Amino acid sequence: MEGLAQAARNALALIASGDATLAGIVGLSLAVSLSAVVLATLIGLPLGAAIGVGRFPGRRAVVVLLNALMGLPPVVVGLFVYLMLSRAGPLGSLGILFTPTAMVIAQTILILPIVAALCRQAVEDAWAEYEEQLRSLGATGLSAALTLVWEIRFSLLTAVLAGLGRASAEVGAVMIVGGNIDGVTRVMTTTIALETSKGDLPLALALGLVLILLVIALNAAAAYVKDAAQRRYG
Amino acid sequence: MGLILRLLLVFCLVGSVSAQSRFITVASTTSTEQSGLFKHLLPVFEKKTGVQVRVVALGTGQALDMGRRGDADVVFVHARPLEEKFLAEGFGVKRQDVMYNDFVLIGPKSDPAKIAGGKDALEAFRRIRSAQAPFVSRGDRSGTHFAELEIWKAAGIDIAKDKGPWYRDTGQGMGPALNTASGMNAYILADRGTWLSFKNRGDLGILVEGDKRLFNQYGIMLVNPAKHPSVKKELGQAFIDWVVSPEGQNTIASYKINGEQLFFPNAE
Amino acid sequence: MILPLKLEDVFFVAGGRVIIERISAEIGAGPSTIILGANGAGKSVLMRLMHGLLAPASGKIAWSGAETARLQAMVFQRPVLLRRSALANVTYALKLARVPRAERERLALEALESVGLAAFARRPARVLSGGEQQRLALARAWALHPEVLFLDEPTASLDPTASREIERVIQAFDAAGTKIIMATHNLGQARRLGDEVLFLHQGRLVERAPVEQFFSRPASPEAAAFIKGELPWV
Repeated sequence: MEGLAQAARNALALIASGDATLAGIVGLSLAVSLSAVVLATLIGLPLGAAIGVGRFPGRRAVVVLLNALMGLPPVVVGLFVYLMLSRAGPLGSLGILFTPTAMVIAQTILILPIVAALCRQAVEDAWAEYEEQLRSLGATGLSAALTLVWEIRFSLLTAVLAGLGRASAEVGAVMIVGGNIDGVTRVMTTTIALETSKGDLPLALALGLVLILLVIALNAAAAYVKDAAQRRYG
Repeated sequence: MGLILRLLLVFCLVGSVSAQSRFITVASTTSTEQSGLFKHLLPVFEKKTGVQVRVVALGTGQALDMGRRGDADVVFVHARPLEEKFLAEGFGVKRQDVMYNDFVLIGPKSDPAKIAGGKDALEAFRRIRSAQAPFVSRGDRSGTHFAELEIWKAAGIDIAKDKGPWYRDTGQGMGPALNTASGMNAYILADRGTWLSFKNRGDLGILVEGDKRLFNQYGIMLVNPAKHPSVKKELGQAFIDWVVSPEGQNTIASYKINGEQLFFPNAE
Repeated sequence: MILPLKLEDVFFVAGGRVIIERISAEIGAGPSTIILGANGAGKSVLMRLMHGLLAPASGKIAWSGAETARLQAMVFQRPVLLRRSALANVTYALKLARVPRAERERLALEALESVGLAAFARRPARVLSGGEQQRLALARAWALHPEVLFLDEPTASLDPTASREIERVIQAFDAAGTKIIMATHNLGQARRLGDEVLFLHQGRLVERAPVEQFFSRPASPEAAAFIKGELPWV
């Protein structure tokens, strides 16, 4: 398709131009999504692991709910966070609506179930192998869960990358809680939405390709780190 | 672990820096933003006062709702009846005219309803309905949407009852609605500003313009600090005062696309 | 002193089948005890019941003395090691036993030395051979200086050379005073390492005797058949 080839050329030209506005938008996108991934991992890995090794009444319902929450629509999360952070809402006095902080909060809520659910599955599978030995040594509950998380950390990287993918790709949540304010809360996805709605489809497409290249680069970096570390630790 | 704590600290700092610099939040409309006016207008004010103006662009209805919730300091929209209502409800302090532009009736070159070149918006709308030609409506409680509804009413058409499959109620902003109209070769009422900067025109062009019913007035209001103490009333008022001042008005007038002026300042 | 271990009318049921049927026994300090029986006789389940990994469906399993957890350790047929160095695997067990950090490395190195793995201390545990891994598992168990060491078919997955190495280590631990309770279906191994035999047949304790007496004059027909190698596989 001619449009696509042209868009690819435009995308490369955009990247090469070093345009300051674009650099700012890319930088903000990375800062917001990576922050959300870090937070979601810090909370989600222990949470998923605890559910993975835990045996408690209602566990099956919790697992089903966690899996279902992976499909949270971004725009719904955005709306919920907006209502919480609005001046008319319970947390309005924080004054963080329409700031990158609000965007990070919304994206963290969005991807937390993904990280936790995938971690839960991986830990549960590993628990089958490690349970007897760990219990024999006296590791139970959270201690065993965290040991397992560290043990299977390379497999968990996939869960983290899934979260990163979702965060970088979504537009519904950041649009509502960020407001797409020029120079303040405008990220790649909201810029693409804006340019599309202005009818500048070639620019929107080029930006889309830049975004995809960015995510591919992040994934490639993660794969490299994983391989290097795996070779070291077996 | 230390690295993680350091990252969190940076993240908190980033969050707080944006809270500390002087700024106001203005709720405005997508059509105004997409016309590119703000990129031209705001830097002048920001350079003069050091106050950053953060614009959140929504439909007029949503922008006013943002003001009602206290999430904006200033509202800058173009739907007089809705603005008056906002004022009457006590959410605004004072309404001032800022500028006007006009709406234009866009349609495909093939013009199935035969309205091209006309000067009567009401007659054009009647012909579109008789021809049952595809027509895209904003449907999003925006200023443009209300203007469109007023024209149907003035033309004697009860559009809520009379609409058929030819009437496409999209619930979208001006740009996406234009994209939709371009994609289906439909008629659409648009503000001239967005149209001039819209790039995906396809087969569409301006068919009817100049009717004074297509006149589109913009108004600006400070959100009432009595209702929402968090409103930045000094900075917000400073912005309003500047917009209606000769300097602000001249800056508005100087915004042109392809040599054509988009907005005509008319503050008192 | 946590021995003797008393079992009273212990039953264990799983999948609708009775795996352990009314076993009563008192296991005291001193002689190394072999749990002998064919595959499926219930040896592994009995070991896990005694170690505390499983709970009996009915009946009592009681140690003497209060704090029993850290004074017993178990080595499984397949060693489950963490993706860390050999030394780190042992210090992990010591950490779980709340041994002060300053002591852990020293005690771990001693344990590795006692099984002849001191040279491999910094190697990733997972790259060791099957026999080396099992020795590492023994070192890990030994590092806690347990009163009782359970071994569940420790050489079943190993070649003869590796098996002999393991047997040597077990004998050394026995000589040092640790109570050995080992499950095996290997008659030669039972004779080499054991002082007394508890013979299981289809979940029941059928015979208990000093090792030489068991092999030369088995009292029960099932034991006699087993020794003659005629016991049909379940």
